[in-house]
Amino acid sequence: MMEVWDMEDRPQIGYSKKVMDHFMNPRNVGDIENADGIGTVGNPVCGDLMQVSIRVENDIITDIKFKTFGCGSAIATASMVTEMAKGKNIEEALKITRQDVADELEGLPPVKMHCSNLAADALHEAIKDYRAKKEGRKEAIEEPAR
Amino acid sequence: MVYLDHASSVPVDPRVLAFAGRYLKEEYGNPSSLYALGLSAKQAVEEARVGVAALVHAETPSTIVFTGSATESNNLAIRGTALRNRKKGKGILVSVIEHVSVLNPAKDLQKQGFDLGFVPVDHYGVVDLGFLEEHLTPGTTIVSVNYANDEIGTVEPVREAAAIVHEKGAFLHVNATAAGGRIPIDVQKDGIDLLTLSGNDLGGPRGAAALYIRPGVKVQTVIPGGGQEKGLRSGTENVFAVAGMGEAARIAALEMEGEMAREKAIRDSLIEEVLTIEDSYLTGHPDFRLPNHASFRFSRIEGESILLNLDTFFGIQVATGSACTSRTLEPSHVLLAIGLAHEEAHGSVVMSLGRSNAMDDVPLVRRAMKETVTRLRSISPL
Ligand code: FES
Repeated sequence: MMEVWDMEDRPQIGYSKKVMDHFMNPRNVGDIENADGIGTVGNPVCGDLMQVSIRVENDIITDIKFKTFGCGSAIATASMVTEMAKGKNIEEALKITRQDVADELEGLPPVKMHCSNLAADALHEAIKDYRAKKEGRKEAIEEPAR
Repeated sequence: MVYLDHASSVPVDPRVLAFAGRYLKEEYGNPSSLYALGLSAKQAVEEARVGVAALVHAETPSTIVFTGSATESNNLAIRGTALRNRKKGKGILVSVIEHVSVLNPAKDLQKQGFDLGFVPVDHYGVVDLGFLEEHLTPGTTIVSVNYANDEIGTVEPVREAAAIVHEKGAFLHVNATAAGGRIPIDVQKDGIDLLTLSGNDLGGPRGAAALYIRPGVKVQTVIPGGGQEKGLRSGTENVFAVAGMGEAARIAALEMEGEMAREKAIRDSLIEEVLTIEDSYLTGHPDFRLPNHASFRFSRIEGESILLNLDTFFGIQVATGSACTSRTLEPSHVLLAIGLAHEEAHGSVVMSLGRSNAMDDVPLVRRAMKETVTRLRSISPL
């Protein structure tokens, strides 16, 4: 009898259709004017750069944009993460992991997994920045009262 | 489709396939067999040796050893020469921009106690002959400099290097994978002791390459076995690929001059057009470069995404030295050696032309490059 192997056993060749779709038509490219939070992270592994800007209303991410200096997979993962985070509460958005992004993209070649780190990290940084700004604003408002 | 990656793979010339195909089907004998079928295979291998020897003006066909790949030829040259001449000394010098199939065997020998030195290059990728001269010692046995570099196209001053190397009694190995069949090579006039040639780069099938070994240069095998190729490369000859390489070499000898003038004209116009793009730069030497080779870098964008964009939207195939495409996620050692910063090496694009390219390709490539660079820059935060 002929052996039947799982698709899982075979190496993935090139990018998935979904990665190519996000590379060819990236969603949410750009900057947000007066963004509520901006996260910029560099990839320590290969020297790329990713930036995510968010607009937050009542702790919900109502708008999100990205910019990337990096490979096709870096562009696709950034685009994907913006789609996943849009409309989410910031607590939920903070829970998005690089694995989630890769899964949504129907997998990434193993050597490219680190690019999805970049996307998730930039989102988390943007949320942190938003929180820091909010704290800062609170302090600024509360200050005169003291 | 506009295929501009002949440095990676060359389509087999149909004339070569027509010539060599019979060694897969009808004349499938083993060259070591003594019946007629074996003898005709042997004859094919010997005729190929004549073709390859003639292309590089070798003294005799017997100077040519067939191997399975340029990587194997480079390994035989570096390991075989260093090991065979170890009594004389343990010095090895290689240029920093050598192919990994030269660098890695050399580093391997270093681990075994050999002294390895790297010869630097200038911003164009031209080897520093002064450094070479200073660092050659009586214990140096083998020096390796590529004839031309496949990533930046720069052609090296091989003749001058040979004179310096011979002055100190060492041997010069030259990797001519990228140069073979593209610029005239004369191993005798150039003073080359060992020369690597790739069959596929000449338009032959993959699976055959050659190492020219000047008479009198002592080399030991790195693949012991049945003793084929004068004991230097055991293993049943890949008659189909070897015969194909021989035929490709014969065609190259006849047609190189005209074909390269044609490709150079296309290439020149390609460089001129591409460099009209803002913040684009030529890498490698502007004049001393392979006639079929154009290499660039573009600021603020990354090579893999350029490559994907050109392929998916325009059907154009190119190469890049970006870190994102390498297995180690390190930028090309060649681009770093010519002084580029990591982020500059990131935006590298290599175009290598071949027979299928025509002047008509230039406007399409120009438009495709412009649109690609514009789109990717609009996504870039820089
Ligand atoms: S950004 Fe460099 S590999 Fe993806």
